[in-house]
Amino acid sequence: MNHQPEGAVPALDEGTPLFVQIAEQLADDIVDGVLAEGTRVPSTNELAAFYRINPATAAKGINVLVEDAVLEKRRGIGMFVADGAREQLRAIRRKKFAEQYIDPMLAEARRLGIDGDTLVTLIRGSSSHNGGDTA
Amino acid sequence: MIPTISATGLGRRYRDEVALDNISFVIEPGSVTGLLGRNGAGKTTLMRIITGQEFPTSGEIRVFGEHPAENDPVLRRMIFVREEQNYPDLRVEAAIRVASWFYPNWNDELATQLLADFGLPRRRRIRKLSRGMRSAVGIVIGLAARAELTLFDEPYAGLDPAARQLFYDRLLTEISEYPRTVLLSTHLVDEVADLLEHIVMLDKGRVVLDAPADEVRGKAVTVSGQASVVEEFVAGRAIWHRQRLGGRAAVTVPGPFDDVALARARAMHLCLEPLSLQQLLVHASSKEQEKVSA
Repeated sequence: MNHQPEGAVPALDEGTPLFVQIAEQLADDIVDGVLAEGTRVPSTNELAAFYRINPATAAKGINVLVEDAVLEKRRGIGMFVADGAREQLRAIRRKKFAEQYIDPMLAEARRLGIDGDTLVTLIRGSSSHNGGDTA
Repeated sequence: MIPTISATGLGRRYRDEVALDNISFVIEPGSVTGLLGRNGAGKTTLMRIITGQEFPTSGEIRVFGEHPAENDPVLRRMIFVREEQNYPDLRVEAAIRVASWFYPNWNDELATQLLADFGLPRRRRIRKLSRGMRSAVGIVIGLAARAELTLFDEPYAGLDPAARQLFYDRLLTEISEYPRTVLLSTHLVDEVADLLEHIVMLDKGRVVLDAPADEVRGKAVTVSGQASVVEEFVAGRAIWHRQRLGGRAAVTVPGPFDDVALARARAMHLCLEPLSLQQLLVHASSKEQEKVSA
């Protein structure tokens, strides 16, 4: 089984299994640095109560990240964000970046008759408006 | 591990009416299962058979590996909260006390807490309570019993949305802290969808769906977009429903869709919207006749 937590397909979000969505939320927080490496992540029961979902579903979501070695279990105290987890998640997401963001953008550009050069200009303009890279 | 409930070829017939028709399924220990279906689908009959209040006319039911009927040790391990339950004319606190004698895992503190949460007047006679309050009494007993198998059959008659949310929240806390097997029959499907691990859907006395909740999400999808493109995309799939508006079409088809299909849908500018559990229920119970008319 290979449930990639970053593999959300926007078109089918409602149909994404809940446990995958839980894994994605946690992964988002790790990538954003909200959950820093070495900090404890919410317990299964805390997640269940917060998202109002079945605790078994929350546990399944956490397990996805444990299998990917993004989270590690420390006996008796709970789940923690593993060292190097953030970079690992970022690397996986970079790989998927083209498929998730660029391909749909190119398809829409083609549909609207925006050629490659215009597109590059648009991206440059947008990037400078938004202050570019913040990471 | 012995399943909490197992039904094998279960049937229940009343004279010439078939309430349950050759039903087989298994409920694993510690799971929360939604028993879904329209009125008259056979949900209550099934729950009555599980709790030993009714006998099957064919097939077999096992609860904790045993026949439930007239089996006191098994019956004490389960609690059944019914819609519009009839209570003897007692005060609320007396009804709670009587229930506490029957269930070995009963927790008084929890009962007291829940009575306060639902704003139930302890001294009032049950007959004098509103419908919603009577439902709340059933919920308090159902949760405080902490029975290994807890069955709720549409337990919320007259409860407003806030009280129902309270029920769902307390149920969640309880199953987190004191895991037990829960079978919940409801027609407010979308309200409880996220609480369920497993779904058993009945229609006209038959099981039409028996699957983990995760698999049910995305089980069917409504594909919409330009009519000819939609038709090209759904070709070869069973059509559950088809709508047209000018050049646009919305067609509901069963999944699953792999990554290739999803990429293709994006490239074709199609919009894919998964059916909610509630919608799925509607389609699952009307599918047969649409197949004929399609």
